[in-house]
Amino acid sequence: MSKKTIIPVGPYHPLQEEPELFKLYCDGEIVKDIKWETGYNHRSIEKLSESKTYEQVFFLVERICGICSTSHPFAFANAVEEIANIEITDRAKYIRSIIGELERIHSHLLWVGLAGHFLGYNTVFMWAWKYREPVLDLFEMITGNRNSYAMFKVGGVRRDIEKSKISTIRKILDDIRKKADLLTGAVMDDPVIHARTKGVGILTRNDVIDYGAVGPTARASGVAIDVRKDDPYAAYPLVNWKVITAEKGDVFAKAEVRLLEMYESVSIIEQCLDGLEKTNEGDIAIKIKEIPEGIGTGRAEAPRGEVFHFVVSDGSNSPARHKIRAPSYVNIATFKKSCIGQTIADATISLAAVDPCYCCTERLAVAYDARTCRKVMNANELIEHSRMKTAELRNKLL
Amino acid sequence: MDTMVIIEKLNENFKSEILEVNKKSDKRVIVTIKPESIIKVAGYLYKTLGLRFIIASALHTRKGFEIHYHFSMDSTGLVLNVHVVLNKENPQIESLSNMFNASNWIEREMHELFGINFLNHPNQEKLISDGNWAEGVYPYRKDFK
Repeated sequence: MSKKTIIPVGPYHPLQEEPELFKLYCDGEIVKDIKWETGYNHRSIEKLSESKTYEQVFFLVERICGICSTSHPFAFANAVEEIANIEITDRAKYIRSIIGELERIHSHLLWVGLAGHFLGYNTVFMWAWKYREPVLDLFEMITGNRNSYAMFKVGGVRRDIEKSKISTIRKILDDIRKKADLLTGAVMDDPVIHARTKGVGILTRNDVIDYGAVGPTARASGVAIDVRKDDPYAAYPLVNWKVITAEKGDVFAKAEVRLLEMYESVSIIEQCLDGLEKTNEGDIAIKIKEIPEGIGTGRAEAPRGEVFHFVVSDGSNSPARHKIRAPSYVNIATFKKSCIGQTIADATISLAAVDPCYCCTERLAVAYDARTCRKVMNANELIEHSRMKTAELRNKLL
Repeated sequence: MDTMVIIEKLNENFKSEILEVNKKSDKRVIVTIKPESIIKVAGYLYKTLGLRFIIASALHTRKGFEIHYHFSMDSTGLVLNVHVVLNKENPQIESLSNMFNASNWIEREMHELFGINFLNHPNQEKLISDGNWAEGVYPYRKDFK
């Protein structure tokens, strides 16, 4: 039997934002197998939901994930409105889509920054997070919060976007488009990033179908699934936009899909703002008396993919059963395909490429020698390892 | 493929296995089947019709344990729930994880939270509470009076 070294990535690791443990089984530099442990963040939100009223559940599901904190209320609203058979007003639809797309822009910028950080491009990290700030400022202006916006409720939204704010939003969107040009140019034209990410962490079309992967992870492998197009909700059928896909399925393709999606999001928001100007201010919600007995299925496209909420109502004021499936739940499992056969330096970026979000599903790296149980590599050394590979490539290419 | 065509095909192929078809709208259909035919029906939906497996939701009700297997037809936006009702005393059903990996985690989770046994699952270990939860205690089960 050959000797294998286990490299645990987690449970607390600067590579990702939340706790989860990955054990990379390595033979020399090559990852041979990967195992994971989750549950460090399990808060039993599904069970908690059964003890809250429908109005309260919005605040609960908003706290599933800090980054995509509007996609869960979005899907939950879709599910409950399906049970009660409610059609919300156009203005509420536009506002919901604006919040959803602003969230996509800030989430994708956050990912581009982190990906740059892992590869040793700290300037990209600083830039992307700097450009993300105006988006959060917009959130503060519209909703009163930089995060956990508390905008959704059954039958509409809680706050209106007044006419006076629209010109400020348009101005910031113009700026975001210019900054996205700059970032896209920096990533797409850099020969070192090409060498570092092309052909790395490939997920084939068949792997995507087998694991049921969703969002940019699936779209980068040529599987054009997007709930906003397939099962339209809110204002998405009312505006023009296209689903961005790539064919190669590697880390570069995933970055490409996310970068180009930001442009689509800016375009969607601009069209929604046009829509807002055509509707009456204040017409943002309809009154709902009670939720009848029934079963509701709500879906929403989060920045990471399809969020799925299944709600069973028994006619009382709280859900009888509430099942939540976040996109990372199916996307994380694809590591088994994208990391095996890669070098340790590439495994870090392959793990980061699906933009994993463990709070949704429910982190770190220290390397141990499997035989002696002696520590051979720690977290910072692993990231350093990834950066060294970039530096070597840079020296070779430039 | 139209929703009606899918329902017709299911009725044609699994006449004796289907207990009830509930079409709520063009995009939402619930098909209740006998638990023992889950492999055949899920295999037909996934392999022949090309539906994507989204997730499965387990419920503990007065009838026993129920599972909704959610499948998505992305070209039409259809969510097809394959619904089964399992025995109260000994809930068990054949695992789908040998057909596709998408169901691997959720079956482990349902086993852990509801105590539903998935037969022939490749690795039915605990997913979220390994080492910090009592054996044989299932937190999502309810007490019915």
